This record gives sequence, structure tokens and C-alpha cells, in this order.
Amino acid sequence: MTRRVRLALFGVAACGLAALLLWSITGLPKFGDYHGAYGKILNKRAPQERQTSNVVAAVVFDYRGFDTMGEELILFAAVMGVAMLLREPREEEAPVPEDPVRSDALRAFGVSLAGATLVLGLWIVAHGYVTPGGGFQGGVVLAAAFLLVWLAGSYRAYRGLARAPFVELAEGSGAGGYVVIGLCALLIGDAFLHNLLPYGVAGKLSSGGSIPLLNWASGLEVTAAFVLLFNEFLSERAVLIDPTRRPS
Amino acid sequence: MVPLQATITILVALGALAVALTSDLVRLVIVSSAYTLLLVVLFVVLQAPDVALSMLVVGTIGYPLVLFVAIRRDRADD
Repeated sequence: MTRRVRLALFGVAACGLAALLLWSITGLPKFGDYHGAYGKILNKRAPQERQTSNVVAAVVFDYRGFDTMGEELILFAAVMGVAMLLREPREEEAPVPEDPVRSDALRAFGVSLAGATLVLGLWIVAHGYVTPGGGFQGGVVLAAAFLLVWLAGSYRAYRGLARAPFVELAEGSGAGGYVVIGLCALLIGDAFLHNLLPYGVAGKLSSGGSIPLLNWASGLEVTAAFVLLFNEFLSERAVLIDPTRRPS
Repeated sequence: MVPLQATITILVALGALAVALTSDLVRLVIVSSAYTLLLVVLFVVLQAPDVALSMLVVGTIGYPLVLFVAIRRDRADD
């Protein structure tokens, strides 16, 4: 097939695709035009039933709490898989290289940003069921704070902060804690993951029953999972920048 | 609201084009990270702040980092 024929074929296909796309765009419902009955019912009932001002959190950690447990365990298994794959070829612990950041501007910017990111992450987890956010979103922001320490400081500083036994313990207790909270409901004779605590008043931190507990458990799990992931990838990089190990 | 949505949608489309037209691997990671940032703005404009928050960290920081290390490893293996 010559270039000409290929281009002609592409032209016809692209025009067809563009026409189809335009046709479908003109048929789209208006922004905010929503027909999901389930969502509408939840929007109406969740604030009273669960005392959460963020209905998404009520769905994630209460109405669909069991699904969220599955998602958490998927993340847990995925990170374990990465750790097993990357750790296997390294028999001994790689020497920690010296790689301090030499730019003062980058260091100052990064250090001030790391603290702010940490506080933002904690805030997003803590207020997950009051304002937009939650354990998953706050967890990734918290993990980003760790990453900033590496970017603006050094690998040595990062390793000192994100010690493997501590991170592994945090990941395990985050994932396990969620299941344990679910089992506690079974122990007192309710359904798995049923609410344990008083619902309180919507808009306050002490609201939503078990939602805050499950929210913090997933926040811990997500933070630790991402930090563990960064650990594995960064130590991979540490082996690479070590001059004695660089393949010739 | 509509002009804002249209603007950011066009920016996202241009960003996607930039990603598709970048050939250098390292540059591609940076460009796709910037593209993700545009997607984050789109999510905020479409009133999905929860999704935007996750996308912000995973797409603009976490994913590029993993790619960088993978590229580095691949080049060291050669």
C-alpha cells in the first residue's frame, strides 16, 4: 500500500469518525441532566440517613462499603505483586547512594511544599465525608508528600522517612483494619460492615457512624500502598545510579 | 459555564494531540503529565472534585515517576 492510498484511506475514515462524533455530541443530554434514579434517591436520603454532607463518601463507605473493601484488596494485591516482581532480582540490599539536590531554589520550594502537601492530604482524608475527598484521594496526596521529600531532598532522606517495615505494617493494617471493622459488626449481631457508631450531626467531623473509621483505614492503606510502590521503584533507580553496579 | 467547558475541552483535545505528536520518550512523559493536569482542570469544571484530586496525584506525579524509572531501567539494560 503506497503512502497516497494510506492517506486517502485515513482521510475517509477520519471524516467518518468526525461525522459520527459530531452526531453523537449533538445528541448528548444537557450538562447536569441526570436520569439515574438510584443517585437521586441517595442524594435525597443519604444526608438524613447517614448524616454525611458528602454523599459520595456515604456511598463508598456505607451503601457500597463491601465494594470498596474489594477495591482496597485489589490495590493491596497489585502493590504486593509489584513488590514481589521488583524485589526478586535484588539479592542484597542496594547501597544507598548520595544524591542530594544541589539547587537551593528546588530544595526550598520542595521542602515548603512537602509540609503543605502533608497537611492537605491529612485534611482531605479527615474531611472526606464532609467535603469532597476521602481516604483514597487524601491517601494519594499524602503519598505525594513523601515523594516530594525525595524530589527536593535526597533518596537517603526519603529512605529515612519511608522505612520499609513501617510502611508494610501500615499497608497491612489499613487493608486488614477495614475488614476488621466489618467483622466487628458481625460480632455484635449485625450484617457485615453495618454501622457501629452513632451517626451524629451532618457537617461535623464526628458524623457518619462507621464512615470515618473506614475512611481512615482506606486512607492508611492507600498512602502506604503508594509509598511502598515508590519505595520499590526508587530503590530500582538507586541500583541504577550506583556507579559500581552500572552495567558497562 | 458553557464557554468555560468548551475552552477546557478544546485545551484537552490540543493536549492529546501534543501527546500523540511527541516522539522522544522522556519528553513524552512530561507532556502526558501536563496533559493529565488539563484533564484535572476538566474534571473540576465538570464538578467532579473527587476524581480530580485522585487524578492530580496519580496522573501528574505517580504515573510519570513509574514511567521514568522504567525508561531509565530499559536504557541501563541496553
